[in-house]
Amino acid sequence: MNDSQSYLIALAGNPNCGKTTLFNAITGARQHVGNYPGITVEKKEGYCNVNGRQLRFVDLPGTYSLTAYSLEELVARNVLVMEKPRVAVNIIDASNLERNLYLTIQLFEMGIPVVIALNMVDVAEGRGIEINADELSRKIGVPVTKMVARSGRGKDELLEETLALAEKNPEWSPLNISYGSDIDPVLTEMESDIIAAKFLTDLYPPRWTALKYLESDEEIIKKGAAADGGLSAKLEKTVARVTDHLRKTLDTYPEAVIADHRYGFISALLKSGVVRRKHETDRLYLSDKIDQFLTHRFLGPVVMCLILYGLYYFAFTYSKIPTDLLKSAIASFSGFVEGSLPPGPLRSLVVSGVINGVGGILGFVPIILFMFLGIAFLEDSGYLARAAFMLDRVFRIFGLHGSSFMAYVVGGGIAGGCGVPGVMATRTLRSPKERIATILTVPFMNCGAKLPVFALLIAAFFAEHEARIMFIITVLSWGTALVISKVLRSTILRGPTSPFLLELPPYRLPTLRGLVIHTTERAWLYLRKAGTTILGISIILWALMNFPQFPNERKEAFEAQRLRIASVLTEEQRAAVLAEAKSGDALPPELAAIRSQILAVDHAEAQATLRYSIAGRIGTGLEHLTQFCGFDWRTNVALLGGFAAKEVIVSTLGTAYSLGRVESEESLTLSEHLARDPSWNPLVGFALIVFCMLYSPCFVAVACIVKEAGSWKWGVFSILFNTAVAFLLAILIYQGGRILGIGV
Amino acid sequence: MPVVPLRKMAKGQKGVIHKVNASGELGRRIRDMGLVPGTPFQVQGRAPLKDPVAIRVRDFTLSLRNSEADYIEVEVEEIL
Repeated sequence: MNDSQSYLIALAGNPNCGKTTLFNAITGARQHVGNYPGITVEKKEGYCNVNGRQLRFVDLPGTYSLTAYSLEELVARNVLVMEKPRVAVNIIDASNLERNLYLTIQLFEMGIPVVIALNMVDVAEGRGIEINADELSRKIGVPVTKMVARSGRGKDELLEETLALAEKNPEWSPLNISYGSDIDPVLTEMESDIIAAKFLTDLYPPRWTALKYLESDEEIIKKGAAADGGLSAKLEKTVARVTDHLRKTLDTYPEAVIADHRYGFISALLKSGVVRRKHETDRLYLSDKIDQFLTHRFLGPVVMCLILYGLYYFAFTYSKIPTDLLKSAIASFSGFVEGSLPPGPLRSLVVSGVINGVGGILGFVPIILFMFLGIAFLEDSGYLARAAFMLDRVFRIFGLHGSSFMAYVVGGGIAGGCGVPGVMATRTLRSPKERIATILTVPFMNCGAKLPVFALLIAAFFAEHEARIMFIITVLSWGTALVISKVLRSTILRGPTSPFLLELPPYRLPTLRGLVIHTTERAWLYLRKAGTTILGISIILWALMNFPQFPNERKEAFEAQRLRIASVLTEEQRAAVLAEAKSGDALPPELAAIRSQILAVDHAEAQATLRYSIAGRIGTGLEHLTQFCGFDWRTNVALLGGFAAKEVIVSTLGTAYSLGRVESEESLTLSEHLARDPSWNPLVGFALIVFCMLYSPCFVAVACIVKEAGSWKWGVFSILFNTAVAFLLAILIYQGGRILGIGV
Repeated sequence: MPVVPLRKMAKGQKGVIHKVNASGELGRRIRDMGLVPGTPFQVQGRAPLKDPVAIRVRDFTLSLRNSEADYIEVEVEEIL
């Protein structure tokens, strides 16, 4: 189907009005998530077919308004202006009509043809609010369809109304409402100037431009000044005159007067016959009753901790069986490949580089799925907003904002997020300083990529206390992030706080479809990363660890050692020693002793080989520094690889240890291997957990930080600063633990 | 009717917005959420650390910091 046969439809609405649910219901799996060019606000598009016509839906970011207040609002507005959708479907929460209509009025002011989806009529009816959709439609002059997006009720009528309006293709006709006797004459005067000069008229309706000047809209004024500096200055002067007049007579501002009149217009619309209420308005709803418990002074914080702990318990418990199955499947596949390829560099590349590298990450997909599912549930249910509400006072102490909580959680504050969307989620913060402080500390959170590392080390050293250690890890990452942001906010990022104003949406049971889409979307991103970036990194690291090749004369020296040890044996005994490797039959004690001497030489050779490689040399060089926190060169190599993506730490350790592994030993999983290795102990394990948690963000996150913070300097800063923090804390833990004798 | 700043209101108390003294970004945000003069609301509760405050207004629940509530003057039946 080509473009001329499909219509572009914008989906606009407040946050929490069920917009995403409706978008999912309309487009199903036929959706595409991307970014707006140049910025990172998520752009969701999808399509559906109605009566043989294709409707292409673009899901605008959820906003309360169309000012230039946040990037989301700017994006929503610019899609309407630049892409000129045929119709805007404005989804409205029927149980919260007045505030939702505020956005509708602003859509009307722009003039785009609108179809209203009156969502959640069931909730409204449950609250005793009855809305006469026909009357509302008649009064505002656009189609209104009652619906329940969760169940799909009314969806087909909505789509038919949308298609009908799109086919009619009406002209954009901006709504002229009165903003009172102080504004109206000025608005008309400005409008005629704008029309006369064709000022921005290719983009915006003239009256709308004038209105935005009166609202001191930064974006429009900037565009105006660039297009026609003279007229722009004249308009600004007019605005200054009105502002001054309003200040003197009424002690108010033009934008306040405009907002008052918009709400006045809405009140007038709803006055007669549209809304009927059965009950008193101050009745307690179920949601309020839940809030009395969940945000209770004492119970609230306790319940919050229990919920976070429960999330880990849920994720670890239920992911155990699929994780074990997947791991053994990968192990047997690896064994099969090892058996069917001839020994040599190719087998080494496939088994050590590819299968062990990528397989290590695949093994953690189940736990990540369960984590994502838990977070999606908390987010969709409305609980996360309560957490921000309860924690804002705390966040403010550290120079942050309650909404920083969201960025932290998305970034892995409840383990399993990702620093990249976490950094992006900071765009709801308006104050640049709070934002940069949050951006720089979000990477301290435990993203999904760090989970495999933690899971590996926990399995090796803390297998009995999984949930407890994860809880400690979480508390530690939050503590560090908050303390560091306080440090940043009182030094290089000193400045005032920004407005809070957060809606606490009613509690809702998340829809299964929403949870599934949310979870699979994130898991797919993770898998794609595993399949591409991490595959590439695994191969590069394999090469780094295998080249330059170990010199022949040193190989011969090891061979000579082995021959010297074996020289005391008879031909028959030698065969028995070799056979033991395959059959596992017990040897007589004197032969076993010789056998283990030979094994020690093999082990030393493998280690020397890896150490000779490029990666080994870098790692060895760094030992001078990392000895203070107990890391050997192999860990250093893995941490270097972790800059590409944190999961790579696991796959690199896997490669490092399978290279160092002696053929005859029974196949051990990496965590068992670490648990048995004498250079490891729980203290080193914990120091490494903390280091991984805090050190440089992966390069994808760094790229995102550069983009969001607006300067590459912040990217470099985050690499160096975070690594320094991680290093100091790991030393503190390791040395402290040794002095106190804990975990050694 | 007496006028008090929103911060001074008690849990469960009702009032009508008298005036919003904030301009710029904070003022715009407050108005976007429907807090304009003449709007009735009720204080729903406070966060565990007494701040922010949650109010019930126009059929939804909005939370705002005490420092922001200071900009909002409210007409109340009686000062509690």
